[in-house]
Parts: sequence; structure tokens; C-alpha cells
Amino acid sequence: MNRPHRGAAGSRGLGTMEVKSKFGAEFRRFSLERSKPGKFEEFYGLLQHVHKIPNVDVLVGYTDIHGDLLPINNDDNYHKAVSTANPLLRIFIQRKEDADYSAFGTDTMTRKKNVLSNVLRPDNHKKKPHIVISMPQDFRPVSSIIDVDILPETHRRVRLYKYGTDKPLGFYIRDGSSVRVTPHGLEKVPGIFISRLVPGGLAQSTGLLAVNDEVLEVNGIEVSGKSLDQVTDMMIANSRNLIITVRPANQRNNVVRNSRTSGSSGQSTESSLPSSTPNIVANFLQGEEESDEEDIIIEDNGEPQQIPKAAPTSESLESLTQTDLLHESTQNGFLPSSEVNLNHSAGSISMEYEVQDPGHKSLEEDGTIITL
Amino acid sequence: SPQTKGAGQDPASLAPAASLSSHRATVEHGFPSQPSALAYDPVLRVMAIGTKAGAVKLYGAPGVELTGLHKETATVTQLHFLPGQVGVCGWLLSLLDDNTLHLWEVCQKDGCSHLEETRSFGLPGRPGCSPGITRVTVVLPMSSCAVACLGTEGGAVYFLALPTLVLLEDKTLFPDEILQSVPDEYRCGKALGPVESIQEHPRDSSRLLIGYSRGLVVLWEQSTRVVQHLFLGNQQLESLAWEQSGKSIVSSHSDGGYMVWAVSGAGQKTQQPVMSTIPYGPFPCKAISKILWRTCESGNPFIIFSGGMPRASYGDRHCVSVLQGQTLATLDFTSRVIDFFTVQSPEVAEGGFENPRALVVLVEEELVAIDLQTPGWPTIPAPYLAPLHSSAITCSCHVSNVPLKLWERIISAGEQQSPRLSSAAWPIDGGKNLAQEPTQRGLLLTGHEDGTVRFWDASGVSLKPLYKLGTAGIFQTDCEHNDSLNQAGEEEWPPFRKVGCFDPYSDDPRLGVQKIALCKYTAKMVVAGTAGQVLVMELSDEKSEHAVSVATVDLLQDREGFTWKGHDRLAPRNGPLPFAPGFQPSVLVQCVPPAAVTAVTLHSEWNLVAFGTSHGFGLFDYYRRNPVLASPSRSPCGSRSAASARAGCRARRGSTPACPPPQVQEANAQLAEQAGPPEVEMTPVQRRIEPRSADDSLSGVVRCLYFADTFLRDAAHHGPTMWAGTNSGSVFAYALEVPSQEKFSERAVEAVLGKEIQLMHRAPVVAIAVLDGRGNPLPEPYEVSRDLAKAPDMQGSHSMLISSEEQFKVFTLPKVSAKTKFKLTAHEGCRVRKVALVSLASASSEERLENCLACLTNLGDIHIFTVPSLRPQVHYGCIRKEDISGIASCVFTKHGQGFYLISPSEFERFSLSARNVTEPLCRLEVARLQDTSCLRWDVSQGQGGFAMAASLYPHPIAPAPAITSLCVSFQQQLDGDAEAAASQRYPRPAQPRGTTLPYRQ
Repeated sequence: MNRPHRGAAGSRGLGTMEVKSKFGAEFRRFSLERSKPGKFEEFYGLLQHVHKIPNVDVLVGYTDIHGDLLPINNDDNYHKAVSTANPLLRIFIQRKEDADYSAFGTDTMTRKKNVLSNVLRPDNHKKKPHIVISMPQDFRPVSSIIDVDILPETHRRVRLYKYGTDKPLGFYIRDGSSVRVTPHGLEKVPGIFISRLVPGGLAQSTGLLAVNDEVLEVNGIEVSGKSLDQVTDMMIANSRNLIITVRPANQRNNVVRNSRTSGSSGQSTESSLPSSTPNIVANFLQGEEESDEEDIIIEDNGEPQQIPKAAPTSESLESLTQTDLLHESTQNGFLPSSEVNLNHSAGSISMEYEVQDPGHKSLEEDGTIITL
Repeated sequence: SPQTKGAGQDPASLAPAASLSSHRATVEHGFPSQPSALAYDPVLRVMAIGTKAGAVKLYGAPGVELTGLHKETATVTQLHFLPGQVGVCGWLLSLLDDNTLHLWEVCQKDGCSHLEETRSFGLPGRPGCSPGITRVTVVLPMSSCAVACLGTEGGAVYFLALPTLVLLEDKTLFPDEILQSVPDEYRCGKALGPVESIQEHPRDSSRLLIGYSRGLVVLWEQSTRVVQHLFLGNQQLESLAWEQSGKSIVSSHSDGGYMVWAVSGAGQKTQQPVMSTIPYGPFPCKAISKILWRTCESGNPFIIFSGGMPRASYGDRHCVSVLQGQTLATLDFTSRVIDFFTVQSPEVAEGGFENPRALVVLVEEELVAIDLQTPGWPTIPAPYLAPLHSSAITCSCHVSNVPLKLWERIISAGEQQSPRLSSAAWPIDGGKNLAQEPTQRGLLLTGHEDGTVRFWDASGVSLKPLYKLGTAGIFQTDCEHNDSLNQAGEEEWPPFRKVGCFDPYSDDPRLGVQKIALCKYTAKMVVAGTAGQVLVMELSDEKSEHAVSVATVDLLQDREGFTWKGHDRLAPRNGPLPFAPGFQPSVLVQCVPPAAVTAVTLHSEWNLVAFGTSHGFGLFDYYRRNPVLASPSRSPCGSRSAASARAGCRARRGSTPACPPPQVQEANAQLAEQAGPPEVEMTPVQRRIEPRSADDSLSGVVRCLYFADTFLRDAAHHGPTMWAGTNSGSVFAYALEVPSQEKFSERAVEAVLGKEIQLMHRAPVVAIAVLDGRGNPLPEPYEVSRDLAKAPDMQGSHSMLISSEEQFKVFTLPKVSAKTKFKLTAHEGCRVRKVALVSLASASSEERLENCLACLTNLGDIHIFTVPSLRPQVHYGCIRKEDISGIASCVFTKHGQGFYLISPSEFERFSLSARNVTEPLCRLEVARLQDTSCLRWDVSQGQGGFAMAASLYPHPIAPAPAITSLCVSFQQQLDGDAEAAASQRYPRPAQPRGTTLPYRQ
């Protein structure tokens, strides 16, 4: 089953990178193709494979150029690790159940020694339980102020994430009027304002909105000229991912930027003219469609599932099939020990193609997101 | 004006729909709301009706309709055609309640007639007098057409030059001038009172008969300013009329009596009338507000008057009495009499007779014509001005392209229903209808609160009643509903005769019709109502006596702990019942609980009817008369269903989803807390921002049902399916096992739940449609087998369009994945009320069809989207957003038109298509001398002299758009209205007498 590896001898060639992985007291050395590091999940499977710990949940960390122990738990930081490793990628593996999260950190030089010793002798160093850093699929967006760089300082764009919380959004809006600078001088113009926050609601608990804040936009659409009922409907329609641009009633807590011209859109920060806001291209709009809630389907009285997006082209289909294959290798558990003959000079291994066990395929598709 | 959206989009993608359609209101069908004035022109044979909203509408022969609207929104109190003579006609004078006079003119533009206001005039006040003094009480355009007389509150008569509307100040006749001729003993130092009537002598146009409120009537020679005859009446005067020879006059009075006076030579004073009578005496009677005297060759003259009823016993009746010799008919109307006129030849020779053909009475809610030449004075059926609201309209439905056979059968059934109508031709027949004959037969069905369904011919400009289907007779109701009033005892005095059909009183609100579905190929119909009754009906040309089979379907499936606290179901009558030719019920399905039916659909090929209420939905095989399926529409949760039961019996509230009662209470609690500080300003209107919750008590309302032959389970086999959408954003799809035609009686239909979709935004599902492989909507049952539609593409993959109140989404089938969507509410802040799938035919090739989605929003706008790509194309303002009942009543036709109620009695017809437009095109021949039209130019300095030049510059004709017809092919014309669905569930208290019912919201 073990296919011959190409370029086994030239492991230190241009394209490859040495990996030194430590789990407990054991080291493994192997190499990866630097230009094709693959996915984190493959790498994770590879580590389980080379350490012969196929069913053990582990945390993966590496030491970066500053000597910090940083986690690898998704494709992004995995690729970062690969790209910055010079010349050696040092990997530290801990069992999840006795992992010491404090080992990971950024202020490094001083703790460097401790970090290593902690990792090496975890039992000696009991720490109080730490917040688990979840896997990316468990991540949940939280409410935040966004687009600070492109908005005038007098405005604030707040993203309220209703998804995943039981809290009500918890606010009310009303009609009102505000004084604006217009070409005809100061004018009173009608506007929509936050009239009330429900105690314990999302709006109040985040502290990002306050009573009498003027609502300027809802999910990128200006509210000027719209009735209170229209704005209400727009907010409710966007309630799962509500982005409100407000002019806070309290202007003293505005985010002050160092450079007044640093805004990517070059907007004048002082401007409170109504015409200044609509031109701003909001960052969030790009991701908006993706972050949208998905409808649910129950087929033949089965389990509820999210309705996937229809594949628009053939190329995306291709990438999907690839993902499926990758899943197999990650979940595929056990290899005979005879095959775990991973000499570090074995060269760049494309492990993901090594083992294909069709028996696991059906299991695989269950519970995963995409089945087309 | 159309607004094109999505400026950043590829212009090519915008082209098809954006260039196709134009939106405009075309014609108003039905009866004008709140009519306030009536006039008739015997030369043009045209009638004019004025309304409280300031509209003036002219009606002639069917299809001849002209409309004008005063710039002021004031009540039209009087309308007068300028007496038509050779050379001058088509002028109309209107008096508004703001005391202004307006001159309207029928002018010709592009070969068609239009009504335009040309001048207006306000009578100036008299210095030192209260403004009421110059309030105009009477208007009389004289037959010379040069002068109009204005009688006023102060008793003065003013003269106004026509058509310039310039006051001839030196000619004014003040009451003092008259009083000089009045004997002192009559005068008694009292004023004459307002002018009540001015009538021109029928033979000598210089002599005017002027009646004052106090009772004095004067025959006055206008040219010499001499009083010729004084009639010293002592009863308060209401109206005057000439006998056509000019030898006698008749006066009517406030005590309910009328008097006939002889007119003789000059210089006379008459103390006593020839005849004086109080027809409905001797007990005190109400005033006779108007009286007419019409001579008749065949015998005694007609005396026709309104009012005069005995105050105590019949003071609340609205009557017009027709008396000819000993024959008296007291026409009893259900609403207030506005005015009436008789139709006769305009010219009566010396010594001839008027011989009135017909009496036309305008009452507040309808127009009734009585044939005076046929014994018994039967009613003449009106070809227009149908009182749509004779019982309040509760729903409506449009069927286009009705096959000729069905059309004829419906007409025949309708004709057999009303044998007592006169066969005389409609007497008001002026003008010429220039509109093309309708290319297809369109049927508008209206459901009413009294359980009737009315069938209207909506093919052309005038909406004609065809047939009326009653469902009340199938049930036991408290009050036997029949025309017992017509069979009043012979001895009864006065001899009342019920006329007209306006009857706003519903015996039982449960009878109300909520949903209608009609299959035009098989003449099968489903009528569903307020008490959960679903009637399957079939058209029969023969009368029949049969029992209706009754089935009960428990939509909650015996759920524990549920108690229905709403109205009871309607108890059906037992045993065989007689049915007249027409639609006859075969099966009655009664839902349990008996909540109002909120959705219904019919598949005549599969013999299936699907129906839904606020609690669930059911499927019934009307061939085998078996229920196939019954399902609650929400998850079995005891507390929730109990809440819904409570909601079901709660009186209807104006609550909106944005502000449901619990939140109101919360808000009130909050306000109570704030009550302390004195600086609390006026509490502003607040709106709570919260996602829709699944616990909403209305979440179970079934909003739409749909049958489709499509791929539900796998891509290899298609088959019958049924779809149901609810208020909480759920869609249930069932695969149906329907036996072949031959085996209907042997095998039962089966339904298996195939898919259940939950839209995460939880907005109510307004409509569902399946698109075939080419993206076209599936045809209706029988459409393909009868070669009336192309077979759908069953090769390519089907997709499903779901329209919620907030979004449109297209999903693939059978494997459900999201294809395209458009989030209307998130983008525009408006919600979907009505949706119709439309296909646009290009002008170059009728074969090429583009599918579009037309959507009416809660703001009253119509948006058009491409299908299935759901790109916004264009939108129009259509209905005022405050007009909630108008928006709720809107129906689209398959050919790019639509209807909505602008008042309880009137449908506005609009057109989205540039080619398919139904609007009045007509011509009134108003041959006018050259010099009279010149008059329009030379006067502009007179009081209020407006020179309206618009008529001289014809509007540029819009170029014909490329795409010329718009076909709607989406049968789900649903009340896209959460409030509507909500209110339908609530039992309504019986309507008090005397109120008109608004369209159900």
C-alpha cells in the first residue's frame, strides 16, 4: 500500500522542509513539500500517523522564529508555520485532555525556557484550567464594531450577531429629527433613532448601541427617506446578522485614529453630511452572502440539514470532490506499524493519496457539511 | 412613473422587463363610492354622477365612460348638463360644497372623448352680509344655454353668462324686488327664505318659476323683470316641477304633502292650490324632497317623488314613490336616495306627451332603473355600475381565457336566476364605444360575506354581473335567507316594493367566502369559508335535488389538550336539497377546528382539493369522497396550540407582527416606570426590533397550497406532489400516489411527506411554484391535454420558487439546494403582499416568453423580477401604502392586468402590460359650432376664469414598447398579508345594521 515516494534522497532540496515533531518523549522527523503543504487536517492526520496515535485528540503547536509556541489548528496558521519555518519546523504535540494552554503565548523571550519545560514536563506544572481554543468550525462570530478604518469618526458601524445566542436583540427604534449641515445651512432632518434598550438584551449587553443613537444605515442600505416601518422591516429581515451604522448620541467615546488620512476610503472624518456616508464601500458586504443563515431541509422525516448552495460551475464541483478525498485521509485511522517507516529522509510525502479505504466513505459523508 | 433599479447591472439583463411594461390605472369597475349628485342629458343620452371625493363620471352606452376629477377635494352637490340644443352640448356644470361652480366640457382628442374642466366660478360674498347669504342652493342652466340662474340661501337669484361663467351683476334678482308684488298680509314682515327651486317654463324660456323656502312661488318674466303669477303657499317648500304643457305646477313640501297649482294669465295671485294631498298621511310625514310630473299618452300622468314617508312607522325607509292614477308603487331602497330622473324623448311636441320610458334612481349604494312602460314596472338590469359590495367582498379571484362553452353555461345559469327583470334595453345609451372587442373572456369572481360568489364579466370596460352563486342554503342558519320582503302582504300600506340588491346585512358571518378556486376546463369549483367549510361544486345546466355528502377532516389529528373556543362549525342541512341550474355542491368538507380557510387549491385532473386553515392543512379526494391527508401545520406543542385557540376566539385586533400584544404590555410597563419625571415628552411611536419567533400564535396559518407534477424524491421519476407553505416560513412537500383515470374508483390516493423546508428567516410563505427544465412555470391541469399550453420540460431539472414575505428563493429539485435569491425586505424595507409569476412575450415573436415575477408590496408598489435569476427589473407605485384594504384585495390576471378595490364598491383596473390594456375609449357626438369653442379663449379675466389649454395639445403618444403582452401564470393569488390571514381566523361579531363593510383586511 505504501507507494514509492518521489525524490526520497533529495529531501533537503529547494522544495522540501524538514519537520521535527515531538509527542511526549518521542520525536519524529519527516519532510514536507514547502510549496504544497496541503491542508491542516491532512497534516494532523499525518502527525497522528507518524506518532502512531491515530485515535488520540491532540493539540499541535510549533515554535516560530521568535521562539514562541504557537498553535496550529487551522489551515491558515498551518500555512504560516510552514512558510516561516526556517529551516526546521518544530512541532510540539500534546494530548488534548492534559494540554497546558498557557504554554501557548506571544510574550515569548522571557518565557521561552518555561514554555519548553512545560511542554516537556507537563505533569510538573499544574495550571488552572484554561479556556479551550475551539476548532474553526466551532467558532462563533460575536458582536463588534467594524469598518473603523473607513467610516468617519463620528459614525460607528455595529455588527450584532444574534446567531447562537438566546438573548433577544433587545432594542426599539423611533422617529426623530437631527440637525445636519446641508447646502442650505443647518437643517432639521427626519431620522430614525434608537429609543430604548431592553435590559439583558444583546444590544445592551454588548454596549455598542445606546439610546438616542441615530440609525444611518442598515446592512449597508441608507435609511434616510425610509419610514419607521420600513426600517423596522429591514432590521427584522437582517436580524440574524444585523449591521447598523449609527451616529452615537455620545460622541466622546469615538474611536480616534492616529492618522486622519489613514482611512482606506479617504473619507473626511469630520464630515457629517449625509452624502458622505453612502459612498463608503463596506467591508462586510463581501462576506455577507456567505455569512447568511441557511435554510433547513428535512428529507423523508430524516434529520434536519442545512440547504447547500447549488454548485454553479463544474470547477467548484472538482474542488468539492477533492475535499471529500481529503476527509478520508484525515479520518482514516490505522496503519500497520510496518508501514510507519517514516524515515525523515523519506522525502516529501503526499500522504493524502496513500491510503484509500472505500469502506469508510459512507461514514465520512455523514455529518459533514457538503454532500452533493 | 417607472423606476429602474440596479443601475450597476448589466444593461442587457435589464432590457427585457424594463422595456416591456408600463403601469397605469385604466378603468374603475363597480359603483362609485359615496355618490352625491346625479344629472342626465336627454340629448346625449348620458348620465353624470358626482361623488363626495369630487369625481365626475359620465356613463352612456356600455363602454362609454368618461371621468373627471375636481382639483378641489370637495363634495359635488349638484350636476347639471347644459340643455343640449343643436350646436351646443356636452357641457356640464358642477356645484361643490365649497360654493364653487365648475364647467366641464366633453372634448375630443385622438378621436376619443374626454371630460375636462374648463372654467370655475365662485359667487362673491355681499359686503356686510354673512357669507352664508350667497351660498348657492339652486342651479338652473337655461335652455338658451347663454345664462345659468343661481338661487342662494339669502333668497337672491344671480345670473351667470355661459359658458364664460361671468356674473351678470346688473341682472341679479333680490327678494326685495319680489316682495314688492307680494300682498302685505302674506308678507308679515318675514323674509322669503332661501331659494328652493327654479324651474324654466317648458314652453317659454324667458319665464322662470322661483320657489322660496317659506312657501312662496313666483312666476317671473326674466326679460321684463315682471312678476306674472304669485302662488302664496303656506307650507315650507321643498321642490317644484312643471307639468310639461306649462298649465300647472306641482310643489312638494316639508310636511310630506304635495300641491298642484293652476297657472293662468298675468298679474294673478293664487291663494289655494287646485289639489293638495299628503300621500302617506294622516300621521306626520317626512318631507318630499323632490317631485316630478310626467305626462303619459296612455293615461294618467306619472307623479314621482322621493320621501314623504310616515315619520313614526317608516321614517327610516328610503323610498321613491311612483304614482300613476290609482297605481302606486313605493320603491323601497336599502340606502339613502341621492336623486332620480326619468328618461324620455328630449323634444315634446306641443300638445304631446312625455311618455317616460324609465325612472333611474341613484341611491347611496347603487343605481336602479325602473321600466315605466312595462306593467308592473320591473327593474332593468344595469350593464355597469354594479354594486360589487351588495354584500361585503371578502375575496376575489380572476380567471382569464375562459372557454366559450363554460362562458355560455354561466350566462345561461345567470339568466335563469332573475326572470323578473325587464327585457327593455338599457335606456341610457348615448355615445359610441370605440374600444376593440375584448380578445378573450375574463371572469372575475368575488366572494362575499353572505356566502355568495358573484361571477362578473371582466372582459371589457364595464363589469357586468353574470351569475350569483349562493352557499347559505346548504347550511342551517338562524335566519331563513330569502327574498321574503318581496312577498309582502297585498294589504300592506304603503305598498312597499323592495328594489335593488344592496344588502349589507349578513345573517351569519360564518358563511363568508374566504377562498375560491375554479377549473375553467372542467367547470369544477371550490368555495371555502369562514367556518372551515370547503364546498366542491360542479356546474350543471339542469336543476337538481340531491343530498350533499358531508365529510369532516380533523386537522389537529385529535391533539390532546386542545380546545377550540371560536365559532361553531356550520350545521349542514339534512336530506336532499333543491338546486337551481348553475354550480351545485357535491361535497362539503368541514375542517376541525372550524377556523377560517386560509388557502385552497384544486387539481381537477387528480380529483383533489387541498385546503388549509390556521391549524393545518388537508387533502381531499372528491371523486371517492375520501380525505387523503390531514396534518397540523405546526409542531405538536400543547402550550402553543392552546395559545392559538385563545387567539382564535379573541376579537380581531389591529395588531401587527411588529407590535404584538405582549410587547405592547411591556412597552406600557416601561412607560409607567417613566411616568415620574415631568420632562417626559410625547411618547414617540416605537418599533421593537426582534427576529421573527417560531412561537408566534399565527405561525401555523397555512398561507399557500400548490399542486405540481414534478421531481420530489429522485431525478428519474416525476409525479404528483402537493406543497403547503405556512406563516412561520415552513414548506411541506408531499409525494402523491394518484391512480390513473380508469382506476380512480378502485384505488385511493396516497400522500407521503417527502420534504420539509424551514426558511431560517421565518417569514410567511406567500407563494410556491415549480419551474420546469426551461424555467417556465408548470401549466395548469388539463391545459396541456387540451392543447392550450406547451407541455412542460420534464427532461431538465426542475426548480422551485418560494416567495416569502421578505425574500424570493429558487431551489433545485429533487435535491434541494439554493440557487438564487433576492432579499426584498432587507434591501427595500418593504414586504411582499401579492405575488404572481408572469411571462413576457416579446413583440417580435409571440413564441418567445420571458418569465418574470410580479410582486405587490405592503407599500403598494409593484416590482418586477426576472425568473429564475430573480434580478430586480423595474417597479411602479400602484396603490397608496395607506390603502391597506386596496393592497389586500389586489388580484393579478394572466395577461398583465390587475384589480384592486379603491372603495368597498369599486375595483380599479390597472395594466402592467403596454399592449394588453382595458380602458374606456368612446366618443360622444358633441358637434359644436366653431364660435362657441372660440368663447373658450376670449374670457380669462372673469372670476375664476380658467383657460384650460391642455385639450388643445394632444399628449404625445408613447412609442409602443418592444414587449407587448404580459401573461400571469401563477395561480397562487394569495392574500400576501399576515394581518389578513390573522383576521380571517377571528370570528367577527355580526355587523350592526346600517354600516358598510370594508374589505376584509
